[in-house]
Amino acid sequence: MSDTVQLSSSAIRRQMLAEFWFYFRQNRGAVAGLVVFILLVLTAVFAPLLAPHDPTTQYRDAFLLPPVWQEGGRAEFLLGTDAVGRDMLSRLIFGAQYSLFIGIVVVAIALVGGVIIGLIAGFFGGWVDSVIMRVMDVILAFPSLLLALVLVAVLGPGLTNAMIAIAIVYQPHFARLTRAAVMGEMRREYVTAARVAGAGNLRLMFKTILPNCLGPLIVQATLSFSSAVLDSAALGFLGMGAQPPAPEWGTMLAEAREFILRAWWVVTLPGLAILISVLAINMMGDGLRDALDPKLKRS
Amino acid sequence: MVRFLLSKLLYLIPTFLGITIVAFGFVRILPGDPVLLMAGERGVSPERHAELSAQLGFDKPLVMQYLDFLGRLLQGDLGNSLVTKRPVLDEFLALFPATLELGLCAIIIATLIGVPVGVLAAIKRGSWFDQVSMTSALVGFSMPIFWWGLLLIIFFSGYLGWTPVSGRISLMYYFPEGTGFMLIDSLMSGQDGAFASAVSHLILPSIVLATIPLAVIARQTRSAMLEVMGEDYVRTARAKGMPSRRVIGVHALRNAMIPVVTTIGLQIGVLIAGAILTETIFSWPGIGKWMIDSISRRDYPVVQSGLLLIAGLVMLVNLLVDLTYGLINPRIRAT
Repeated sequence: MSDTVQLSSSAIRRQMLAEFWFYFRQNRGAVAGLVVFILLVLTAVFAPLLAPHDPTTQYRDAFLLPPVWQEGGRAEFLLGTDAVGRDMLSRLIFGAQYSLFIGIVVVAIALVGGVIIGLIAGFFGGWVDSVIMRVMDVILAFPSLLLALVLVAVLGPGLTNAMIAIAIVYQPHFARLTRAAVMGEMRREYVTAARVAGAGNLRLMFKTILPNCLGPLIVQATLSFSSAVLDSAALGFLGMGAQPPAPEWGTMLAEAREFILRAWWVVTLPGLAILISVLAINMMGDGLRDALDPKLKRS
Repeated sequence: MVRFLLSKLLYLIPTFLGITIVAFGFVRILPGDPVLLMAGERGVSPERHAELSAQLGFDKPLVMQYLDFLGRLLQGDLGNSLVTKRPVLDEFLALFPATLELGLCAIIIATLIGVPVGVLAAIKRGSWFDQVSMTSALVGFSMPIFWWGLLLIIFFSGYLGWTPVSGRISLMYYFPEGTGFMLIDSLMSGQDGAFASAVSHLILPSIVLATIPLAVIARQTRSAMLEVMGEDYVRTARAKGMPSRRVIGVHALRNAMIPVVTTIGLQIGVLIAGAILTETIFSWPGIGKWMIDSISRRDYPVVQSGLLLIAGLVMLVNLLVDLTYGLINPRIRAT
């Protein structure tokens, strides 16, 4: 008996995946975004193998060398060097690790925190809901970058604190989304049925209701991932995120600011890396939304 | 409508109190002695410490401290900056016009370009214009604006030499501050070239700050138009033989504008976050740069009150957006 149930649920899952891929594939931008994102992940994972130099080694004979195709460039430094003689290409490659790590950590904290808070608010309703949602309103009243900056000022500048700050700022979005979805699902019959069958609150919240609210959460998680990459780079740029000599893209830009009129590559390349990553994730997010949002599906 | 307004206002009170608690609590959870942080002194004698503590009210119970804080707030007393010793509110009011001028220009640019582009993209759905404009919008939406600003400086200021790199007006010009809006003040001063100088200083920061709102507005306008154009009343209007221009201009656009107006209003938070970065890049003397400088100078009274003022401002604008929404969409008022 249990065997057949197992089989059919995995078959359903496969069917859902196939359907999801069918819709996702129709958005060419989304597929392109996915490809770039996978390349980014591979770059981050294999950074030590790919990078020609150590990202923090300073070559004393090679300050501000231009990229290889420009006059004065050297073949060993394909994309040139920065003001203290570090290889740009290696720093950019290692920077991918930072951005992905930041995105994953921020989204994980914000998602888990937001989902639990939203589930509690939506499930119990009443004063619990009112109190929680007012607290979320307070967080949302502050512009996100400003609140993150102030939190970093409290916690002290640095990558870990920047990630915590950004996660705190993003978390209300997940809470609100979960709450709205939970409140919609609570009225459905399958929830009542599970309750009548004797499911406890925790089981109802996490096993019965939550899986049916995942669609919008996945989309929000993708969008938050790209915002996290942007905001952490902004914090790094303002000197409040990852600290030098970390090859984080925003921090690299901050160090390069004084050379903008003399060495275009130290400014252009880190920003381009941020833009490409964020753009790829956003394109993927658009595709995910189209594929997961039943309202937009042409059935 | 009055009831709608009152209910919205009542709803805001707990949020506002929450904001004051955050601003109040912020100083107290900072690592270090809050008395010394707020007084901006170091290595003081125990007597001096007690004196400062009493002067700042830190010797009272926490609840009393909070009530004092609220009381002073209601009287418009937001404390003094540690660096300039001037009242925080005065500094805010002196710098705010610069940010407002920049923000208004940005939102005007974003709306004037974003709405027509969105409408056109929706009408010509699937055309090359639609594809190019929506791809650009996605790029704009993904743009790290601090980098975008640097790129524009490299190209327009460095390479072409068209625009200045920082500030609000060339040092050649001096005139008393009237409205605080450089465009108006420079025009009124009657000095040759002053207005042109103000414009050339404003143009790049406005473009940078407008980038993300522009992308959001264009995308939102397009999807709102597409949704509305599928509605029955638009089909009816078409079926009646109404010219296409009138169907789109009157029936579709007006209804599509409802969510767009909200989107434009909600960009204020984005704008302030953007202003922090934009003002830092262009050394624009507004509240964004003021906050960043205060955070790095550990001028905590300024950070505390600035946080409060900015959040209050965002709340106020959101309220206005809600009210406009109620005005243009009567269905909302009823609920």
